[in-house]
Amino acid sequence: MPRPAAVSLGGVSKHYAVPGGPGVTALAPIDLDVHPGEFVSLIGPSGCGKSTLLRIIGDLVQATEGQVLVNGKPAHQARLDRDYGIVFQDPVLYDWRTVARNISLPLEMLGWDRQRRASRVAEMLDLVELGGFEGHYPWQLSGGMQQRVSIARALSFSPALLLMDEPFGALDEMTRERLNGELLRIWQQSGCTIVFVTHSITEAVFLSTRVVVMSARPGRVIGIVEIDVPQPRTVDTREEPRFFELVTEVRERLRKGGAAEALAEEELLLVEEER
Amino acid sequence: MLARRRVRGVLAFVTVLIGLVALWEGYRAIGQSTGLTWPFPVNERSMPHIHHILGQLFEPSRRNGPPLVTVLLQAALFTAREAALGFVLGASTGFVLGVALAHSRLLERGLLPYIVASQTIPILAIAPMVVVWLGAGLFSVAIIAAYLTFFPVTINTLRGLRSADPRAHELMDSYAANRRSVLWKLRVPASMPYLFTALKISAPASVVGAIIGELPSSIQGGLGGAILNYNQYYITSPASLWATNVVAAALGISFFGVVLLAERLVVHRAPEHVA
Repeated sequence: MPRPAAVSLGGVSKHYAVPGGPGVTALAPIDLDVHPGEFVSLIGPSGCGKSTLLRIIGDLVQATEGQVLVNGKPAHQARLDRDYGIVFQDPVLYDWRTVARNISLPLEMLGWDRQRRASRVAEMLDLVELGGFEGHYPWQLSGGMQQRVSIARALSFSPALLLMDEPFGALDEMTRERLNGELLRIWQQSGCTIVFVTHSITEAVFLSTRVVVMSARPGRVIGIVEIDVPQPRTVDTREEPRFFELVTEVRERLRKGGAAEALAEEELLLVEEER
Repeated sequence: MLARRRVRGVLAFVTVLIGLVALWEGYRAIGQSTGLTWPFPVNERSMPHIHHILGQLFEPSRRNGPPLVTVLLQAALFTAREAALGFVLGASTGFVLGVALAHSRLLERGLLPYIVASQTIPILAIAPMVVVWLGAGLFSVAIIAAYLTFFPVTINTLRGLRSADPRAHELMDSYAANRRSVLWKLRVPASMPYLFTALKISAPASVVGAIIGELPSSIQGGLGGAILNYNQYYITSPASLWATNVVAAALGISFFGVVLLAERLVVHRAPEHVA
């Protein structure tokens, strides 16, 4: 029997009712399969519903219509089975817990004993290169370090799927590029599947095996770009001609979807500069 | 660094203390030399010298009796027991009520008006009934103190339990956390700064509650009894009542100090979350 898709969306749509009005359609019916081990980015303009789509996959928001399967089971069951870890744009660390106790939070929920938690936390600190900071409180760390703690927490219980909602959106460009590199290393080491929401074209192309381009509201899939830049990707990847071609292709797709204008201005400038 | 800050704190405290003493004695001196009669005539009865008030502590409390300070410290200890029991009872009741209200809007809507109404009835009107129901003694005085204590704790616990970020709740949802886990791992820790703000209000209030509670119970051994007693002798020995007030204030401050110390030990929050 073949492995089920990590994520399988069949005709998934989202409609918000507005009292006394026709309501808002956030997502037009979407079909998408994410295969195990893939790194898929969802890119689109602000308000296109990409974050909503991620939350539908995580069973944090209910789809109005359609079928959502995670690891071959309904999304609700997958959530109950703790099949995925999630990273938000803000690190969402509990500031009364130390770094180590933040990372072990999901392990506590799973009922791991203290010793097993401690050894896993140590592994995770190594993975995100934060050894020595286990006793710090989140507010004593920089934004980039906080987000690494958040990634360690999401991966601590070895979920097969990692959902990331613009995790580096609030960071400066240099920190973001460094964490992009680290994320790829972590992805390869852990072998998990990643669904990654971003509004940065270069980030999507650099990280992904496939980029799913979405239109402005109501969000729908207007193109899927295979990213055939070879692995492992390094800082030099960003200088390769093929990288620029793919960045251009994603941008063209966004523009055709009437989305490019809605993208952050600085992002477009950045792409122009790199050309 | 820390030592220097502590020294500066002590220095500020002493400076303000000296300033207050100077203000008292200065007003007294000017009032007496100018024959001030508004708002009250200044003399030894209306404003005893500070050194007389402090000196009174070491005068015999009655002919051939122990010095006043011994009597007052015993009374303070007596009242402290009632206040401490009342504080613990009131704070736990307040906390449990807050948790109950936070879990049910219906309960909040039904119960909160009565909780608020309870605070509009003066403690002096409640105290005699409590004494009639429970008899005069430690327990009835503690109940009266608890009556003053629980309200701020309930209101602030309710607010604190709802203070956690929606993302922090989404994270708990992603772990399929049950209500108990969400309460103890997220909502209660998030409420701690609010809870301690309430406890800082409640701790001195419980001392006031205990003192007032002693009055209708005709309990002689506490500060309430001492205040009543020295009220009667105010004409002949005003400094005794003033000295009693100083001891009562010191008791209230030490209750506050205990809460402050507990907060330092318990709450490890980002600086912006600590009052």
